[in-house]
Amino acid sequence: MPPILKISNLRKSYDGGFEALKGVSLEIEEGEIIALLGPNGAGKTTLISTVCGITTATAGSVTVGGHDIQTEYREARSMIGLVPQEIALEPFEKVINTVRFSRGLFGKSSKDEKLEQILRQLSLWDKKDSQIRELSGGMKRRVLIAKALAHEPRVLFLDEPTAGVDVELRKDMWDIVAGLKSDGVTIVLTTHYIEEAEAIADRIGVIAKGELLLVEDKAKLMARMGKKQLHVQLTEPIDALPASLKSEHVTLSEDGAELIYTYDTRGERTGITKLLAQVANEGLTLRDVVTRQSSLEDIFVDLVHEDKEAAA
Amino acid sequence: MNWTAIRAIYVFEMARFFRTIMQSLISPVLSTSLYFVVFGAAIGSRIDQVEGVSYGAFIVPGLIMLSVMTQAISNASFGIYFPKFIGTIYELLSAPISFLEIVMGYVGAAATKAMFIGVIILITAFFFVDIDIQHPLAMIAFLILTCLSFALFGFIIGIWAGNFEQLQLVPLLIVTPLVFLGGSFYSISMLPPVWQVISKFNPVVYLISGFRWSFFGTADVPIGISLLAIAAFTGICLAAIWWIFRTGWRIRD
Ligand SMILES: Nc1ncnc2c1ncn2[C@@H]1O[C@H](COP(=O)(O)OP(=O)(O)O)[C@@H](O)[C@H]1O
Ligand SMILES: [Mg+2]
Repeated sequence: MPPILKISNLRKSYDGGFEALKGVSLEIEEGEIIALLGPNGAGKTTLISTVCGITTATAGSVTVGGHDIQTEYREARSMIGLVPQEIALEPFEKVINTVRFSRGLFGKSSKDEKLEQILRQLSLWDKKDSQIRELSGGMKRRVLIAKALAHEPRVLFLDEPTAGVDVELRKDMWDIVAGLKSDGVTIVLTTHYIEEAEAIADRIGVIAKGELLLVEDKAKLMARMGKKQLHVQLTEPIDALPASLKSEHVTLSEDGAELIYTYDTRGERTGITKLLAQVANEGLTLRDVVTRQSSLEDIFVDLVHEDKEAAA
Repeated sequence: MNWTAIRAIYVFEMARFFRTIMQSLISPVLSTSLYFVVFGAAIGSRIDQVEGVSYGAFIVPGLIMLSVMTQAISNASFGIYFPKFIGTIYELLSAPISFLEIVMGYVGAAATKAMFIGVIILITAFFFVDIDIQHPLAMIAFLILTCLSFALFGFIIGIWAGNFEQLQLVPLLIVTPLVFLGGSFYSISMLPPVWQVISKFNPVVYLISGFRWSFFGTADVPIGISLLAIAAFTGICLAAIWWIFRTGWRIRD
């Protein structure tokens, strides 16, 4: 199946000459959730804005469902829904009217059952006659989503949907995203929260300084780049590491009761067998052994760090 | 053509108008009534007649034009500036609509509002003076054309404006003087010769003159020239808008 979204060598220079996107290429399959992870200023919003028609690309091309966003903008944009990073809504407008307006803008006739279904899905039905200004921040964000869904898009862009949102609302948002995915909507979301990408994405793209550093299946990314730690708990605490165990990968916990071995799952050999043999040779007895997977956060820090080193 | 989208914009904009219908209507009705009291009754009692029409009736077309032009400009400029200001413009830019459709929605709504107010003022005027309109169809055509062309002009201002001061600046500093000096309250022929010549460079003179002709059959300039002037003004605005949207000036980075 051809990708629903195909971004090829996309570049964007702003008026001052600042290059916010330096040749980004990305293909997105129908039905997946992809998270674009990157620090502030990485170019996430610029990428989304260019795809959605809010800014014009300096070079490169984008197709949505096979339609070029420049030459066939009507077909391309009809398939896209956008939830912007900043809350932008008409304060005195009623919820239902602003959602109806969005549907109309996309050329769809006002089908009240459809509007009702969307508002119910986002728990906004009770508020349909409220003015936007009467709503809480979390509710306003839901209205933005309802507006983006009003024309039944096949691809939904969520630009930092949970930035500055409290924990409970964040969980709500994740549930909403999961619900949309089960309806078959393709979702592209940006975030600078690693836990968010980790929690809801199928694939993760890491973006920094206008470049897409990598895109990978979440599980593969964790496996490929993930460092693991092996915690070897001793029955008897020791004062110092025996000479045979001394290496940059092994540390002793403060209380002396635990050896911590850090290894890379990417390597051919993890070195665990050797380590455990040495532990046995030293006559140490084990109480328990635990492994811990490093989080995406560590991976991310590593990547951006490597990128810096490569640039230097 | 995405008619559904045009209608959506139009309906949304008209809803804003009707939400504040009292403010929208009271202020023009009140100010028109004041003009009638001050100009029509106080001054008019000394002027008696202009070109065979009572002064009170003579100022009606100018008063309508004054309101219609300022309303068309302020409605259209605000209509497009507001989404830029609060950020909701993202939705217009990401929708499958052409710029022409955006213009039709916003300018259509602004022109309708201005038209509405023009009609209300005309009705108010009937309470103060006797008027019979000699060329009603031409009167309506002039009114519609003026509403449309000034709404187009207002739309350009709304796109151009970077803040609320600039939004008010053009109507305040350019349009109001041009309208006042455009013969709203007097006939150009009443001016000294030098000012008569200068007035020929004021586009509003042609509009008010033509509009007045549709009421009383007399005009400062020939009706054909009035029509040409308004057509030219509309053309210039359309060209400017076409250029703005082609280049994305002040809209798309
Ligand atoms: N309209 C603009 N004009 C000039 N520079 C901009 C504009 N918008 C964003 N930038 C710059 O482009 C870079 C990327 O911004 P953005 O796409 O908003 O990043 P992110 O969404 O990842 O935080 C930043 O350095 C930002 O300052
Ligand atoms: Mg951003």
